Amino acid sequence: MLLGRVIGTVVPAVVVDELSATPLLWVQPLDRAGRAAGEPLVCADGTRMAGPGQVIYWVASREAALTLEPSFVPVDDAIVGLVDEVRLYPADDSRR
Amino acid sequence: MMLGRITGSVVSTIHHPVVAGRKLLVAERLDANGRPTGGYVIAIDAIGAGKGETVLILDEGNGARQVLDDADAPVRSLIVGIVDAVELEKS
Repeated sequence: MLLGRVIGTVVPAVVVDELSATPLLWVQPLDRAGRAAGEPLVCADGTRMAGPGQVIYWVASREAALTLEPSFVPVDDAIVGLVDEVRLYPADDSRR
Repeated sequence: MMLGRITGSVVSTIHHPVVAGRKLLVAERLDANGRPTGGYVIAIDAIGAGKGETVLILDEGNGARQVLDDADAPVRSLIVGIVDAVELEKS
């Protein structure tokens, strides 16, 4: 799983039946310090609670579809949870 | 699997049920010499790893679901071992 920030919503005009009630959000992937890293992507929102500005963690590939119910859906990136806080340990402490 | 070092944790109240009661850790990825590669991953802790520890990270869904004993878990990255030492053949 990786961090991301929701930067917008996607509203499809026509979508496969399995995704008809699934929120789709624009997500900017982040590095662990919260800086943008890589190209934005569209994630299905398994939590149904995320919105623009929210920091989330997301998963790709087959695991993305498993966040949804039913899980046999054409999805390859999905939000697993919402981030309240990322606690990074001080750099010196993390070296052994 | 890949090597990583625990550099942080993620606090999450709203999440998929599989995350409930489990620890989400931030692990920076390491190369064979123990140097950070620049990448990271947020992984579920399956063994009780802590701050600064070098760990073995599984990054494959079917194995992760077996460890969690949940056939529908949307999880791929799982911390499955704590590394004591990595020995490399001298080249």
